[in-house]
Amino acid sequence: MHKILLIIQREYFSRVKKKSFLLMTFLVPLFFIALYGGIFYLTKKSFKDAHAHIYILDQHGDFAPQLKSDPNITFTVSNRPLRDLKIQIKDDEQNSSILVIPKNIYQNSAIELISADKANITIQNSIARQLEGIIRLTEYKKLGIDPQVLVSVQPHINVNAKELTEDGEEKNSNTGIAMGIGVGLAILVYLSLFLYGVQVMRGVIEEKSNRIIEVIISSVKPFQLMMGKIIGIGMVGLTQFLLWIILTGGLIFLATNLLNKETVEQAAMQQGGMPAMQQTPNSGFGFGILQHLESVNVTEIIICFFLFFLAGYLLYSAIFAAVGSAVDSETEANQFTMPITMPLLLTYVLSFGVIINDPNGPIATWLSFIPFTSPIAMLVRIPFGVPTWQIAVSLIILIFTFLLVTWLAAKIYRVGILIYGKKANYKEIMKWMKY
Amino acid sequence: MLLEIKNVVKDYASHRALDHVSLSIPRGKIFGLLGPNGAGKTSLIRIINQITGPDSGEIIFDGEPLAPKHIERIGYLPEERGLYKKMKIGEQMLYLAQLKGLNKKEANNRINYWFEKLDILSWWDKRVEDLSKGMQQKVQFIATVLHEPDLIILDEPFSGFDPVNANLIKDEIIELNKKGATIIFSTHRMESVEELCDHIALINRSQKILDGNIKDIKNKYKNQTYKIELHSLTDEKSIRIENLYQLKNLEQIENKTNITIKLNQDISINQVLQSLLPLAEIHQVLEIVPSINDIFIEQVTLSNNSKKEIDHA
Repeated sequence: MHKILLIIQREYFSRVKKKSFLLMTFLVPLFFIALYGGIFYLTKKSFKDAHAHIYILDQHGDFAPQLKSDPNITFTVSNRPLRDLKIQIKDDEQNSSILVIPKNIYQNSAIELISADKANITIQNSIARQLEGIIRLTEYKKLGIDPQVLVSVQPHINVNAKELTEDGEEKNSNTGIAMGIGVGLAILVYLSLFLYGVQVMRGVIEEKSNRIIEVIISSVKPFQLMMGKIIGIGMVGLTQFLLWIILTGGLIFLATNLLNKETVEQAAMQQGGMPAMQQTPNSGFGFGILQHLESVNVTEIIICFFLFFLAGYLLYSAIFAAVGSAVDSETEANQFTMPITMPLLLTYVLSFGVIINDPNGPIATWLSFIPFTSPIAMLVRIPFGVPTWQIAVSLIILIFTFLLVTWLAAKIYRVGILIYGKKANYKEIMKWMKY
Repeated sequence: MLLEIKNVVKDYASHRALDHVSLSIPRGKIFGLLGPNGAGKTSLIRIINQITGPDSGEIIFDGEPLAPKHIERIGYLPEERGLYKKMKIGEQMLYLAQLKGLNKKEANNRINYWFEKLDILSWWDKRVEDLSKGMQQKVQFIATVLHEPDLIILDEPFSGFDPVNANLIKDEIIELNKKGATIIFSTHRMESVEELCDHIALINRSQKILDGNIKDIKNKYKNQTYKIELHSLTDEKSIRIENLYQLKNLEQIENKTNITIKLNQDISINQVLQSLLPLAEIHQVLEIVPSINDIFIEQVTLSNNSKKEIDHA
């Protein structure tokens, strides 16, 4: 037992002390923060860029006074001839257009928007909505309906999606955020199973090609060496995740606190200045994420993530170790890693479609029970809410498979690490299991 | 006996690596394990190191059946050797010594002792990839003996060493042996076998074909061959005494004649000399003792031929 600790220690510290580990650990959260900030910045910027200056050429006469400027659009009533205006918008530096409202607008329900460049679709929609409002109001008046009455009878319905929890209580549900988290978890688990599994394989190949293997296994059992390596590298993974969670969490907390003030002010201004405009989904971006997170069980997700990542990692890294022992170089390993990682890749791809869209459907459920796919499939389902018994059963199957696979992998490993220069094939490897 | 190997059989999928091999390795001796490539030496060494297990047979280490606890009393330098390339030498030594059951402090002391002895203290913080192959071998040798094992198994220990360092390591091996360590020494280099070994065993095609004290073996295989130096021989024919010996070789250098003869059965060298004395002046008589190399080649060829005959029959 003491010896396996020594091996774990070496595997762990030789990796954690590496510069690349520190780099990865600190750069990845920074990358996510940068991404987060980047999205926020770009949405804000695109908002500004979309601002349009519009000259109204009102041939009908009723509309110009009723069109209201908003943060996106500034209207200017113009009496100049169309030709002059055309020249002007070409010279204008800002994004300007001419809105021609024809005399027969009530009959044709059509207007013309002439822009120097292609007209922005949000601007078009915004103008159309304003004009529709004005026309509707006029029509109502013609019919003798008081607009005040209309406002008072206008119904407004908010859909508050709730789902029943197991103990019969209702909780807020948010499919969008569950989807986001599900996909995020799929990517994270897929990448990390690969990343750390391949590290185990590389470690085994390194020991084999260095020829140190024989020295080591004259001191410890091959199984101890294999498990020591797997556990050591697994702990490197856990350390990295923990640091990521702490760093990203801390940075996001800081960032949202700073950004929120700005966002709230901006949102307030938008709403005050332009009541008719719908609230864009962009506003309150940072604030929204934290609020939405409350609709899923973050603790459950984090616990399940660690459990399924660990069990999945142990399962796959045992296979990777066996593959590493059977080959002399990494290039030779490809023929074995391909079929082994197929179930992972399949689940990964499916998680963006079938599993996300129908998280409790038969395919998703089956995939979350099959041990080779469950580490990804189950984690994708968990944000949508999965009965505890399913999680438990899936985890138990996964753990038993891991024990069985490790036992077989150890048998292959034991033989493989001592065989040099002989190209292994599946038939050969099957034989090793019987040695 | 420190180690007794009794009737060990090891089968691999396609061939039998060891076929009822029995060996006794006396305590405190240097034991040469010889054999051509693929004879089964490495398989036997791996079984002694408990890297693999025998399919049948028994191994007794120091009076008890070989068990995992004995690992700490055995030091093994494999033929295929290597170290972690990116790890510092000192750390690596510490790691290997701890795997052999030393505690950190003890390991540290002994590494210092050895590094000082071989004058390589400055290597402590170097990485293996920065060392030459010979330097790596030196480090590896230290790693093998650091935990002061009772049994040291060296598989081709001199390969990769320049003559100076090979000598240095040879002296260390002799010193360790004098301090009480039993050494199993597997090699193809016959001159070092004659120099170092007390006992040898010869393995060919999975079977032991010869073993014992090196002097006994040599005596057993000396085949009554002598080299005699004669002065001023005049008549060549006169020395062909067919009833006493066969003349194997005759060469004349200036006024000297060297003959190599193989005595016939039940003839002693004295009889031969008596008959030669009247014919020529005898300067020197040398008994030709076969070298281990000769015995090795002879025995391996012999056993291969007899195997072939069996195969053909």
